[in-house]
Amino acid sequence: MGGRFGDGPVVPEAEDEIFHEGWHARALAVVLACGSLGKWNIDVSRHARECLAPKDYAAFSYYEKWMGGLAALLVETGVLTRDELAGQTDEQISALATKKLTADQVAGVLARGGPADRESNAAPAFDIGDAVLTRRIAENVLVSGGHTRLPSYAAGAMGRIMRYHGTHILPDSNAHGLGEAPEPLYAVVFPASELWAHPEHPRDEVVLDLWQSYLEAV
Amino acid sequence: MRGDFGVQAWTSRLLRGKLLHMPHDHHDHDHPHSLLPPAPALRVKALETILTQKGLLDPAALDEIIDTYENKIGPRNGAHVVAKAWSDPDFAARLHEDADKELSALGYYGRQGEHMVVVENTPETHNMVVCTLCSCYPWPLLGIPPGWYKSDAYRARAVREPRAVLADFGVSLPEQTAVRVWDSTAEVRYLVLPMRPRSTDGWSEEALMDLVTRDSMIGTGLAVQP
Repeated sequence: MGGRFGDGPVVPEAEDEIFHEGWHARALAVVLACGSLGKWNIDVSRHARECLAPKDYAAFSYYEKWMGGLAALLVETGVLTRDELAGQTDEQISALATKKLTADQVAGVLARGGPADRESNAAPAFDIGDAVLTRRIAENVLVSGGHTRLPSYAAGAMGRIMRYHGTHILPDSNAHGLGEAPEPLYAVVFPASELWAHPEHPRDEVVLDLWQSYLEAV
Repeated sequence: MRGDFGVQAWTSRLLRGKLLHMPHDHHDHDHPHSLLPPAPALRVKALETILTQKGLLDPAALDEIIDTYENKIGPRNGAHVVAKAWSDPDFAARLHEDADKELSALGYYGRQGEHMVVVENTPETHNMVVCTLCSCYPWPLLGIPPGWYKSDAYRARAVREPRAVLADFGVSLPEQTAVRVWDSTAEVRYLVLPMRPRSTDGWSEEALMDLVTRDSMIGTGLAVQP
């Protein structure tokens, strides 16, 4: 939705407003805890949220999207059946219960995180300062309608390599069970005038983190 | 129509364990979330209940996660890093060189902060961070993102009209300052190092920390000028 018009003002908040509703906190915690079941990765999880029907995506609040994505993942991966989601549970303990995140494991799991950098045979094709052109169509080229991290506002745009981040998991592959396929990741800087018809200031810039396969040399 | 799938119906099915046919008269029902009660608070409660019954969720673990982000991990971590960078030029230099190493040493490594880059504001460049594709944010340093960071308005507008967004926060930049917006499209997370306020020479790290707001580390605010 980057660049979209018509959304109205951004409304600042006090720093101590962490969760607006009790269920927001609960939703975040349920989603995080379910990650420990090991049935999906972060790219699959993001894609599940993006696969909500457009009208649901527009109508749902933030944590409702998380719930919608989680419900879809639980069914898709066979963790729960549709009947169980509908409240018809047999109350049998799941075979996956051994993976359950327990309270004493929480601090360690959050502290370990999930790094996305991986060794790769793909050598960096660009140097800092090189001009690059992004893929003209912001779509997954491996899977029709699949997950990608190239926003459409930055498709077909010319920028410069600003920073090299090393080799990272490619979400376009990892979101679809096609392997981690790590490749070079760069911060690419674009003049605002390359992206927008009416930039606010002649020297403003936007930087995006983009994988090597999203880019071609100019 | 949605009333048929209210929590009472859902709960009674759960309690009775009886099979009831779910009507498929509406396309919504192909999405698994539509099997749950429609009210979001009840939807979460329903998921938590089912998953707990199946032995897949430990409610005490949920409490622990919530306590972590309500009371342990938040923007004071980031403020500590900023105040330390203002106070110690060697630390600031190392932070720019290898943020992950320095932040890990301070205990600020973790989920959603595995690959950190610190970007420094100067009179020439003001940095501002967004995630237009979802809500990526440096959790170990700033905690859970504020509602506005996750809002459609911020995600849509920050890249196209950052100065208008800054105006919503009451911030106006000088003409000579360029805005550089970082759209967090990968697993790299960005922390803005705001400019140190004037007339704070000799201030302790603790005193400086109080000038560092969460918004100043996202780039929608400036550090507090005492």
